[in-house]
Amino acid sequence: MNMLDVNDLNVWFGSGRDRVDAVKHATFSVAQGESFGLVGESGSGKSTILRAITGLAPDWSGAITVEGKAIGHKRAKAFFKTVQMVFQDPYASLHPRHSVDQVLGETLQLHGFKDIDTRVVKLLEDVGLGTKFRFRYPHQLSGGQRQRVAIARALAPEPDLLLLDEPTSALDVSVQAEILNLLSDLRTEHNLTYVMVSHDLSVVGHMCDRLAVMKDGEIVEVLDVDVLRHMNAEHPYSRHLLEASL
Amino acid sequence: MSALLDVENLWVKFPSRHGVFDAVRGVSFTLGRERLGIVGESGSGKSMTGRAILRLIRPPGIVEADHIKLDGVNLLDKTEKEMRAVRGQRISMVMQDPKYSLNPVMTIGDQIIEAYRLHNKVSKSAAYKKSLEMLEAVSIRDPERVMRAYPHEMSGGMGQRIMIAMMLIPNPEILIADEPTSALDVSVQRQVLDIMDRLVKERGMGLIFISHDLNLVADFCDRVLIMYAGRIVEVCDADKLHEAKHPYTQGLLNSLPRLDAPRDRLEVLQRDPAWSEAPSVSGRV
Repeated sequence: MNMLDVNDLNVWFGSGRDRVDAVKHATFSVAQGESFGLVGESGSGKSTILRAITGLAPDWSGAITVEGKAIGHKRAKAFFKTVQMVFQDPYASLHPRHSVDQVLGETLQLHGFKDIDTRVVKLLEDVGLGTKFRFRYPHQLSGGQRQRVAIARALAPEPDLLLLDEPTSALDVSVQAEILNLLSDLRTEHNLTYVMVSHDLSVVGHMCDRLAVMKDGEIVEVLDVDVLRHMNAEHPYSRHLLEASL
Repeated sequence: MSALLDVENLWVKFPSRHGVFDAVRGVSFTLGRERLGIVGESGSGKSMTGRAILRLIRPPGIVEADHIKLDGVNLLDKTEKEMRAVRGQRISMVMQDPKYSLNPVMTIGDQIIEAYRLHNKVSKSAAYKKSLEMLEAVSIRDPERVMRAYPHEMSGGMGQRIMIAMMLIPNPEILIADEPTSALDVSVQRQVLDIMDRLVKERGMGLIFISHDLNLVADFCDRVLIMYAGRIVEVCDADKLHEAKHPYTQGLLNSLPRLDAPRDRLEVLQRDPAWSEAPSVSGRV
């Protein structure tokens, strides 16, 4: 059984004359334990696919299936225990007036956990922060540390599928390496499935097994990373992207 | 070769509650008619160096230097009014994000014309013609439409090209580009760089290219200064960046994922406190 199946997904914004079709007929599936990449330039609809899966883009049609269960427009509580998302900008995705403890504690409480205290400690250790960061506020953390907190928050409900929206594009290369290593470790430890959006082909090449290339809202090609490495992409746009990133 | 710009022992300081914070600590370099790259992580002082040259650091920030000489004239001795004749006219700066550097309530045409007429006494129609030429020079299709458009109607790549057009229209001797392409997609990035490259070559300008992207700088520049904690830790020719000796530079290079050389784990930079203690390397030619 696949972890995620997306079939003929359309996402649009606005209506009538102002309607923009952000994603058109997107179809792909991600196996259990796989790491799948979505690449393309800005405006190609890659982030919109993730937002449609989590329910942040309200207007969509087609079929989204997570662990064999079809997802409706209203999502059940259990859905958020299975699927979590990490956002691009750790400077914007954390509440500036909530301490790390509050961020994680509130998430755990919402998901109905009882042993919040021990779980917060465990989460912080999992993402390599340790307890001394527990009562800090976001402005007291560096970009990399903030992204670790955002990852801890996503891990709190013990999800199976993690959606990563450009998790390192706001970070320095040296910090990017730390976060990418952390994400690889967490995937093996927690047996996670990743769907990762990035405009950086080498990051996707490092992290993913398969990837989809998007252009103007459409998936133009789905290929294995090995094919990418050998520069054997078939679609001219994928080749163009490859050449530009070398 | 006589240097266009000569910076000696530049310090940028910010007094704070916990004592003075030194953002740039004693940096010296010269710039000829070349493409000089400055790389480093965020907080390494690379942007502050660029801003300090134009004296754009506002109080309480303090800029100190033995001299910042432009064609032999010390910029630090100039009054604020004289400085205004330098900014834009002789040294221009392209900032990181075009969204925040263009005026949202003015058409692009009006902004470029304003920039041009501020420095040149010409008629409106002549300025309009010159602006059109400049937009064409940065490969903008249909420049007449763009002249009438507002910044929000432009994509990021177009916005950045418009900024470059605006900065180059007074024909400056030096262009400081602070992360000009980091808000752009890879495919657009190349285009913008090619345009800058062509203009720098044609006009014989000096370019200071500030970026955190090592590969980009290695590709695009002639000479590279690597900054760490407010100091220059290494200076090298851009094509020899991959043979860099300093462990910081090597660490940065190794931490990049590479398509052609897959690895299970990326190398993580191990910082050595001695790096920030070592005196700054001179970037003089």
